[in-house]
Amino acid sequence: MSIFHPALPLADLLGLFGHFLMLSLLAVGGAITTAPDMHRYVVAEHGWISGAQFTSSIALAQAAPGPNVLFVAVIGWNVAGPLGALATMTGTLLPSTALTLFVSRWGAQRRETRGVRAFTAGLTPLTIGLLVATGWLLVRPYVRDERHAVGAIVLVGIAIVGMLRTKLSPMWFVALGAIAGALGWI
Amino acid sequence: MSAVTDEAVDEARPRPASLGELFFAFNRLALQGFGGVLPVAQRELVERLGWVTRAEFIEVLSLGQVLPGPNVVNLALMLGDRFFGLRGALAALGGMLAAPLVIVLVLTAAYAELAGIAVVAGALRGMGAVAAGLILATAIRLMSTLRASLLGPWLAAAFVVVTFVTIAIVRLPLIWVVIGLGGVAIAIAWWQLR
Repeated sequence: MSIFHPALPLADLLGLFGHFLMLSLLAVGGAITTAPDMHRYVVAEHGWISGAQFTSSIALAQAAPGPNVLFVAVIGWNVAGPLGALATMTGTLLPSTALTLFVSRWGAQRRETRGVRAFTAGLTPLTIGLLVATGWLLVRPYVRDERHAVGAIVLVGIAIVGMLRTKLSPMWFVALGAIAGALGWI
Repeated sequence: MSAVTDEAVDEARPRPASLGELFFAFNRLALQGFGGVLPVAQRELVERLGWVTRAEFIEVLSLGQVLPGPNVVNLALMLGDRFFGLRGALAALGGMLAAPLVIVLVLTAAYAELAGIAVVAGALRGMGAVAAGLILATAIRLMSTLRASLLGPWLAAAFVVVTFVTIAIVRLPLIWVVIGLGGVAIAIAWWQLR
C-alpha cells in the first residue's frame, strides 16, 4: 500500500470534515470522548477503516509524543491519506479554537455562575459514560477474535490497575503493551 | 480583555520575549509529552519558565475543561493569547502541534507499509489494548467525583450507564445523546442549584 491512499471522493472528504467540525463542539470532555461517534461514522456507517485500524490509530497517537488529540489526524490519514488528515484535524481544531479564544476573553469571570456549574455537573456523567464507551469500542476488535481475547483483556487490566494504583507514567504501560504484542502474547 | 489577563499584570514575572520563544517553549513541552502533555506543561510553564503561577495554571486549565476541544490545546491557546493576543495563541498552538503532528503521521505512513509484519502488527495490538485500559482508568478515576455530584450519586451513575448503552450498544449519534440526555442532566443540576 502506498502512503497516498486511494483518495476519497470530494463529497466524502467534505462529509468527513463536516462531521469532525460538529464533533469538535460536542467534545466537552476532551476530544477522546467523541471517539465513539468517530467510530460510528468512519467504521460502522461508511466502512472506510476497520475497527482494528481505528484502535491502532489511537494506539499510535498515544505512543508518539505530543497531545493525544493527534489521534484525530491519524484516523483521517488512515481513511484518506494526507487530505483526510487535513480534513479531520482542521475540522476538530477550528470551532473549538474560535470558541476558546472568544470565551477566554469574555467569560473568564463567569466561571462560578449557576449556568456554568449546572453545565459542568450535568455533563460529567456523560463524559464518564463516553470514556467507558471509548475503552469498550477500542478493545472490542480483539475481544471478538479468540486468538487475541485473553491477552488483550489481561493487558487492559494491567493498564487500569497500574494507572490507578501506581504513579508510573502511562508511557511504561504503552511500552509493555508493545513488547507483549511483539512477542506474540496477544 | 479578560480577568485572567488583568491578574497577569505582574511586572516581576518572567514572560516570553517573542513569538518565537513562545512557539519553541510549547514545541519543547509537547515533544516531551509521551502519553499526555499536561504534566509536562505544568512543570515547564510554572516551575521552569515561571510564565504563570500554579494558581493561574489551574484556573486556565479548569476553564479549558469546561470548553469543548482538547484541554491542552485550549491551554496553549489561552496562554498564548494572554501574552501576545491572537498571534500568540496561534504561535503556542503551532508550537504544540506542528512537530508532533509530523512525527505521528510519519509513524502512521510507516505502519501502513509494515502492518503485514507479524511483530509490528502484534506490537500495535498490544498498544491498542493498553490505550483502552488507560482511557478506562481515566473513567474510573472520574467516577469518584460522582459521589459529590449535584445530581446525587445514583442519578449520576444512571446517566453514566444510559450514556454508555446509547452510544456503545445502540450506537445513537453523539449529538442526540449530548442534546437529549445532557440537556436533561444540565436541567436537573440547574434546578438543584436554585
